[in-house]
Amino acid sequence: MSAIAIPAERQGLGRLSGAISDTLAMTWRGLLTYIRVPQLLVFSTIQPVLFVLLFRYVFGGVVGNDLSVPYVDFLLPGVFVQMTVFGATATAVGLATDLKSGLLERFRSLPMARSAVLAGRTSADLFRNVFVIVLVMLVGFAVGFRVHTNVFAVLAGIGIVLLFAYSLSWTFAGVGLAVGDPETAQAAAFPIVFPLIFASSLFIPVASMPTWLQGFAEHQPVSVTASAVRALMIGGETATYVVQSLAWIVAIIAVAAPLAVRKYRRTI
Amino acid sequence: MSESAIIAEGLEKRFGNVEALASVDFQVRAGSVFGLLGPNGAGKTTAVRILTTILEPDAGRATVLGHDVVAEAERVRLRIGLAGQSATVDPNLTGRENLRLVGRLVRLDRPTIATRASELLERFDLADAADRPVKTYSGGMRRRLDIAASLVGRPPVLFLDEPTTGLDLRSREALWDTIRALVAEGTTVLLTTQYLEEADRLADRVAVVDNGRVIAEGTPPELKAQLGNTVIEFGMGDESDASRAETVLARLGGISPEREGTTIRVPSGDGPRALMGVLRELDMEQLFPATLAVREPSLDDVFLRLTGHHAEAAVEEEAEPAPVGGAR
Repeated sequence: MSAIAIPAERQGLGRLSGAISDTLAMTWRGLLTYIRVPQLLVFSTIQPVLFVLLFRYVFGGVVGNDLSVPYVDFLLPGVFVQMTVFGATATAVGLATDLKSGLLERFRSLPMARSAVLAGRTSADLFRNVFVIVLVMLVGFAVGFRVHTNVFAVLAGIGIVLLFAYSLSWTFAGVGLAVGDPETAQAAAFPIVFPLIFASSLFIPVASMPTWLQGFAEHQPVSVTASAVRALMIGGETATYVVQSLAWIVAIIAVAAPLAVRKYRRTI
Repeated sequence: MSESAIIAEGLEKRFGNVEALASVDFQVRAGSVFGLLGPNGAGKTTAVRILTTILEPDAGRATVLGHDVVAEAERVRLRIGLAGQSATVDPNLTGRENLRLVGRLVRLDRPTIATRASELLERFDLADAADRPVKTYSGGMRRRLDIAASLVGRPPVLFLDEPTTGLDLRSREALWDTIRALVAEGTTVLLTTQYLEEADRLADRVAVVDNGRVIAEGTPPELKAQLGNTVIEFGMGDESDASRAETVLARLGGISPEREGTTIRVPSGDGPRALMGVLRELDMEQLFPATLAVREPSLDDVFLRLTGHHAEAAVEEEAEPAPVGGAR
């Protein structure tokens, strides 16, 4: 049917450049949401700042005695990882909201890349994480956090935190699509998040935990990533943890991203 | 002009053990308005979702402008616009930003996006609210923005799923005018509606859908001719009077009265003449109606005639089992 052509003003984009263009558009939308609803950003910043202050001054006295470095130096890399885990639940809530409102239905009827809705959401969340990391680091410096290595190692550590956050965003994107309702998404995220956060080396060394828990707490992805970041920022065994952490990140993305995209294709 | 822009052949879709569509066929002529008329849960939205590539049918096939909705979904998406039942716009973005987002996603170039967004905001009477977040909009404004968003890419085929549900009369009239203008420019429109009046005023052809099936199809005059242009409805004091009245009128010939409890409906192609006949007959039998109304046929009348059950008997939610209506 040549009589009815699609308008010529539509840019003919290749498959990859089209997917990138769509992802950028969706990222722009996600970032605008953070600007329009600043409380999203405010609350995702207050919480890690509180963690730094509370843990630094409440637990610091007890835990700090057994460490070779000041507790705040041990704590801060843990908080970086912890807040990305909490932050990733926002990916689930955001996607569930879009699904419930019917917005995903519109996106699915558009000639856009199938991956862009999820890639845009996870990318916007990546920007949010950069913002929060910078802020938490400044608060950390104010309460005594000191870097023991060099600026490149610290940047590498931040890079690992962001990569880890990105892998979790994909995981929680799948959760959000699976439950399809913002409140349920919030509730569903907690049982996943809490054991990972607290049965870990984020806030205290695993040596103080019962032996049956140590195996899990030592090797689960949150702990491994925290150890890698810690090593990069305050020194110590670096290579092993970094390699293990990257392996976790790659594995999580390799499993979670296709599952989330598959779920997206089949939802509605 | 006689080419079909949309062809649906034997579409079937099940959700679990619920049959949402049971072999649906229809064709939509390019440049026309086609109405899918039916109550909630009839399968209208499921049909639209299949035609807009959101769902895949379990059986049957459909094409839009010659492109298969499953095998060539990408090509179909380039050619369609969809405005769904819920206003599918981002509440946190402004009206203009919502349109720009869609503009980017349908791959318009940037200068076109800016002018198109302004044009559409103007056309849908949203220019004053263009730079306010959508969450501050009224329901009618959101609906208009949603339809504007479906037009950003100037799609040759437009799907409107219950576009005027929840709109006030003035907004509804304005939207009808807009749809007519789009069709005058050559757009093909498929719309679903629960309102017979809307289908009548807007559609060139109408398919009446019930329980996942097309139970009647034709131009609005054809459908109404099947039913009669007028419905005379009167209520008797008690059931025995009503029953007598039904018998009396059935003898009259040329009309077919339907009784439900104490109410009798007489569809007719010639309202005034039929009314006089009915009243004369009742008078002769000393039967006096307690209530009397002469009105246009409603969707409910169409349903009662075609299916033997009321339109309202179907359940609220799309894709849920529609129990066959109670009274009969």
